Amino acid sequence: MELVQQLINGLSLGSIYALIALGYTMVYGIIKLINFAHGDIYMIGAFTGFYFATTADMSFIPTLILAMIVSVIFGVVIEKIAYKPLRNSPRITLLITAIGVSLLLENGMRYLVGPDPKSFPSLIDESSHTFFGLQISNIQLLTLGVSIFLMIALEFIVFKTKTGKAMRAASHDTEAASLMGINVDNTISFTFALGSALAGAAGVLVALAWTTIDPYMGIMPGLKAFVAAVLGGIGSIPGALIGGILIGITETFSKSFEMTSRLSDAITFSILIIILLVKPAGLLGKVTREKV
Amino acid sequence: MKIYNKLILNSIWIVALFFGLNYSLETGIIDSYYGGIIMIVCINIILAVSLNLIAGFTGQLCLGHAGFMAVGAYSSAIITGNLELPFFLAIIVAGLAAALISFIIGLPTLKLKGDYFAITTLGVGEVIRGILINIDYVGGPRGFRVLPETTFAWSFFLMILTIVVVRNILTSSHGRNMIAIRENEIAAEAMGVNAPKFKVLSFAIAAFFAGVGGALYAHYNSFIDPATFNFLKSIEIITFVVLGGMGSITGTIIATVILTFLPEIFRDFQDLRMVVYSVALIAIMLFRPKGLMGDKEISFAFLKKFTSGKKQSKGGQINAKS
Repeated sequence: MELVQQLINGLSLGSIYALIALGYTMVYGIIKLINFAHGDIYMIGAFTGFYFATTADMSFIPTLILAMIVSVIFGVVIEKIAYKPLRNSPRITLLITAIGVSLLLENGMRYLVGPDPKSFPSLIDESSHTFFGLQISNIQLLTLGVSIFLMIALEFIVFKTKTGKAMRAASHDTEAASLMGINVDNTISFTFALGSALAGAAGVLVALAWTTIDPYMGIMPGLKAFVAAVLGGIGSIPGALIGGILIGITETFSKSFEMTSRLSDAITFSILIIILLVKPAGLLGKVTREKV
Repeated sequence: MKIYNKLILNSIWIVALFFGLNYSLETGIIDSYYGGIIMIVCINIILAVSLNLIAGFTGQLCLGHAGFMAVGAYSSAIITGNLELPFFLAIIVAGLAAALISFIIGLPTLKLKGDYFAITTLGVGEVIRGILINIDYVGGPRGFRVLPETTFAWSFFLMILTIVVVRNILTSSHGRNMIAIRENEIAAEAMGVNAPKFKVLSFAIAAFFAGVGGALYAHYNSFIDPATFNFLKSIEIITFVVLGGMGSITGTIIATVILTFLPEIFRDFQDLRMVVYSVALIAIMLFRPKGLMGDKEISFAFLKKFTSGKKQSKGGQINAKS
């Protein structure tokens, strides 16, 4: 029973990681950038939710939607200002810019709201249900439900719409896609928008579950979601889902044992190293050969 | 004979600089607060110059430099604190421990190309920190008390040693191989450069000095905890290298000095400081991705040319004359 209980907790945490990992993986798939600022978009989502919920007294659904919209604006503006001019620069330049953007979001937010953690208002009264001796809180159910809904929506956009087709084409071969009349710049912006929306939603969901938020909350979940994306195979959307769930379950399991409880972060990052050594393309990634 | 003249000239001004600074520290012309910052500058230069070797000259971005610093800091602290052995031994062990770990990590990962190395070192940095939190022998998350052994002389001369070693590597054939790997790995391999070997070598040397820097930091600060050596610390060192110019030792030194002093001067604007810092990083990447100095070095020859108005030769070579 204990095992199944941890599995459920892991699933709920893993779905959060999966939401963030999707943004990493889509952006990497299309412009080959590890977008370090992505974890901070998640923080922006949480803080936007906080301000709408406290100052405007909004309920859960409008808060979530507004947080997603603000995250999208941030994601697209960052892409236009910081990443677009560097489209043809070396990868290392782009990577360092992403780190700079990440620092800017963290410290800018810290400057605006102060370093102290804020307590997130409880938009939904927490209650737990017991099924067959398993405890599931309604917030966990909500997290799972919203994540699954968003993932299905994403799946629909990427695989059933014309924009999604353009995204897939651009990530397959940017140059060929632009020759076929796809506006690659808009497609890249749209990819950032989608990823940021998911991260913003994840921010609100986490804030709801953990109840405290601070400007540096995005670093660790961001890095772990990135591990999830690499584990699943960076660039692959189903890979990010599987990776996120696996990382979430690993973390809750390692936290539940006395011996490994403090080692959970080290275990997560060890998975990253092992995956990179054994199967650098990840679980579902494609092995690409470099052409000279 | 010309080489000896240069050597003597360089030694004279280095020793003069040392005694100048040392004298002003001892007589109180520079107060102990700024004396501390000067020592931090020396330690940061060791870290930044060593990172420049792997990130700037070999072209492999290392996101876990703080991890190697932590290895050096903790191993040296055990040597002096728990085993009560002399400080110089602690520094050597610190460097070797960090180099050993980088060797073990580097051997398999440096065969991979692209961003994988950056990702792996990020993971290594976090794993090292995660493990240190769990070792009660060194205090775990509560931190570890260290004897304050770092003097100005130690940090200054180890800084000089780091700069000299890195510069001499770069002007040797090993260094040229490393630069060739940065410029184009496939072309370098086609020319017969054993790319994995030189990447591992460069990584291990960089980690060695990161460990030395960590040992100095630990014995300067007299307290270390795993949280000090987090991802942000690695990013801080990368900022020094990037702003100074990836591929310029003098650029790195100038950027480190400026970026270590500036925050102390603007201490009143503590919160805004990091905002400006990150905006500067983005702006430099957008408008001058080469950094302050690009791959040029300031040297006496450079200054002579500069003052006589001759144009510098362009190209990817590093300026070996100094």
